Amino acid sequence: MEIKLTIDNKEVSIEQGKTLLEAARENGMDVPTICFHEATTANGLCRMCVVEVEGMRVLQPACIVQAAKDMKVQTRSEKVERSRKTILEMLASTMDLSDAPEILTMMDEYGASAERFPGAERRESEVKDDNPMYIRDYSKCLLCWRCVQVCADDAQYTYAINFEGRGFETQIGTFFEKPIPETTCVLCGQCVGVCPTGALKPKRQFMLEQGMSPQEISVMNTGRKQRKNKS
Amino acid sequence: MEGLDLTPLKPVIERYIPLGRSGLLPALHAAQKIYGWVSESVASEIAKTLRIPLADVHGVIEFYSLFYNEPTSRHVIRVCTDVACALKNADGILNHLCAHHGLKPGQTKPDLSLTIEPSPCLGLCEFAPVALVDDQAETNIDLHNNTYELGRPSSRVYGSIRLLTANCGNGTTSLEKYGEYAGLKKAKELKPEEVVAEIKASGLVGRGGAAFPTGVKWEGAAKAEADQKYVICNADESEPGTFKDRVLLIDDPHRTIEGMCIAAHAIGATKGFIYIRGEYPYIFPVLENALNEARDAGYLGKDFDIEIRVGAGAYICGEETALFESIEGKRGFPRVKPPFPTTHGVFGKPTVINNVETLCSVPLIISLGSAEYRKIGTEKSPGPKLFCVSGDVEKTGVYEVPFGVTLRELLDMAGGVANSRKLQSVLFGGAAGAFATSAHLDVKMTFEDLRAAGLPLGSGVVMVFDETRDMRQVLKSLGHFFAHESCGKCYPCQMGSQRQKEILDRIADGKTVEGDLVRLQDVGWTMTDASLCGLGQTAASAVLSAMKLWPEMFQGSEV
Repeated sequence: MEIKLTIDNKEVSIEQGKTLLEAARENGMDVPTICFHEATTANGLCRMCVVEVEGMRVLQPACIVQAAKDMKVQTRSEKVERSRKTILEMLASTMDLSDAPEILTMMDEYGASAERFPGAERRESEVKDDNPMYIRDYSKCLLCWRCVQVCADDAQYTYAINFEGRGFETQIGTFFEKPIPETTCVLCGQCVGVCPTGALKPKRQFMLEQGMSPQEISVMNTGRKQRKNKS
Repeated sequence: MEGLDLTPLKPVIERYIPLGRSGLLPALHAAQKIYGWVSESVASEIAKTLRIPLADVHGVIEFYSLFYNEPTSRHVIRVCTDVACALKNADGILNHLCAHHGLKPGQTKPDLSLTIEPSPCLGLCEFAPVALVDDQAETNIDLHNNTYELGRPSSRVYGSIRLLTANCGNGTTSLEKYGEYAGLKKAKELKPEEVVAEIKASGLVGRGGAAFPTGVKWEGAAKAEADQKYVICNADESEPGTFKDRVLLIDDPHRTIEGMCIAAHAIGATKGFIYIRGEYPYIFPVLENALNEARDAGYLGKDFDIEIRVGAGAYICGEETALFESIEGKRGFPRVKPPFPTTHGVFGKPTVINNVETLCSVPLIISLGSAEYRKIGTEKSPGPKLFCVSGDVEKTGVYEVPFGVTLRELLDMAGGVANSRKLQSVLFGGAAGAFATSAHLDVKMTFEDLRAAGLPLGSGVVMVFDETRDMRQVLKSLGHFFAHESCGKCYPCQMGSQRQKEILDRIADGKTVEGDLVRLQDVGWTMTDASLCGLGQTAASAVLSAMKLWPEMFQGSEV
């Protein structure tokens, strides 16, 4: 069944049961998202997709809230814009966004300044290079939870990673910070596939970015075999 | 590995196998009772026994402040450094204790004989400054005279009426003294829907802070179809400045239990939980004993029974859906609502979750009848209300009054501002509340009047600051509280609580940088408007109210 609602003063129709995000996008309107991904459970974490719904006290995450008949939605109200801009500025003051071009574009669009919070504590950590398939650089992690979710009930049921700490100090981690080969990780690579910021990166890509040539990497990968042949 | 002997652990945690994942917090508590902390081998054993993924067990330990995965003593002194205690030199006490034992805050002696750490509000604000020494409350700490009281905290109960607190102030009320559950008896003579109608007619709204109509909540759960329903008592009282539920539970546990029994009858629940914060260890045996008394008397154990669940140091678990997650053995992340607890509560089943004071009001309403109950208080805010009065007043304590007394009347009952000083301000509703000044003294304390004055009733906190207090330090304290307690789920609160803390630190230290005022406002409004749960939505409430009341305090931080 189709229902009608108003988004940014324009009447649109959408199949009942769909979210406000779907209602907007299917009608050619853009609502920005960061944590949202079709393949993972939407949790409404990043709050970039918040919109103002008439009659609701606080802003509503469009990725979760279902469109309802006669709803009046504003996707670019002053409140919405202030929240989105501030969230982007806080992200830039917290983490390394250099591998997240989509977010950098959003910052331009919302006039968000990366220097808005002088002296702000950043979430920084060393690159974890502990397995043959991928590296983990949590300085680039914005806690979208996608990796934890695909590792668990959204896809692989492997449960190799979860959270460390709480609040601002939250980070993704393994059991007592074990290296990946000592966890239940099956190197399926799905976490790398859904990571939006390059915090999880294929090892080969990482090495290429570090300036290694394909030949050097190739030698590394076949080194073991060559030794065997020699003996 | 760390070479801990796992022999004593195994029989203890095997008891929790039937609970599955839900047994995780009880198992971690049990393990810490043995070792003082949860080592890698202990965590592995628990994960294996309860069949929970290792990374998930680690994630849970990491979330809760009272679980430790680094060597920690079984003897821990937790010094409250939150707002009410900070007024009474809490930092001095923490530093003194640490110096005496040769430790830094948060450190453990190498021989694991002692750990000392700062703690968020311990809910003993009327006896500030306080600490928690293992399972005992250390109250009225006086460094100068080297005196303190140690053990079960006493109760200071005052006010103009004594209905909810009729049995408070003289130690625990046994079932014998409490008498039969007369409210429950009367409720059982009524049909469940008649009980719901009576609660609705009483106008009772939740006393935990959100003020949701209790009858509407019960009606929703009563109408929901399910094979299993739950009643939960939210005793995770952690709002800084709040201590009324502690007094109600320790002095009169049967009133809460009776309230839960009536709720169970009204909605058709067979199982109940009392979720009590881990910082109230001296209440656990009282509650266990009361539950046993109620079982022996036949009130519990037949068609309804109650289990105690203990929190582990997470303010967020007072948020109802985070509390469900915690009971289910997970990190205390609040859930997205809807769906609401009345249809999808703990274990996904219809659940009524009420605050302690709310549940204590239930037997009173049923016994008196809603019409009689409504004669107390005002038309729009019926009933008695408990206020937690702390800070700079002569007589701190729990005050029971009918809704409608003014702030001035309440403060007069409390003997006015201590040391004959002048009133500077009152923090209303807790850390998530707002500030009032002497301009608000004649505001009637009802939901409607306070709302009109822009003040939240919250959990009934009335924390008083005299003219000598530096409110910037108070704000700094609130900033640290929310940064410590944000769960980290949604971005506005996860990062906003940290940025708010940093700016409030600068303001308190007189080191503001250009633009801090607008920056603080933007962060505050973003948390308020865009956060996922009530914690984030109120994390800037007191700060924003202070900016409105005392713009001069933030001077030097304008553009």
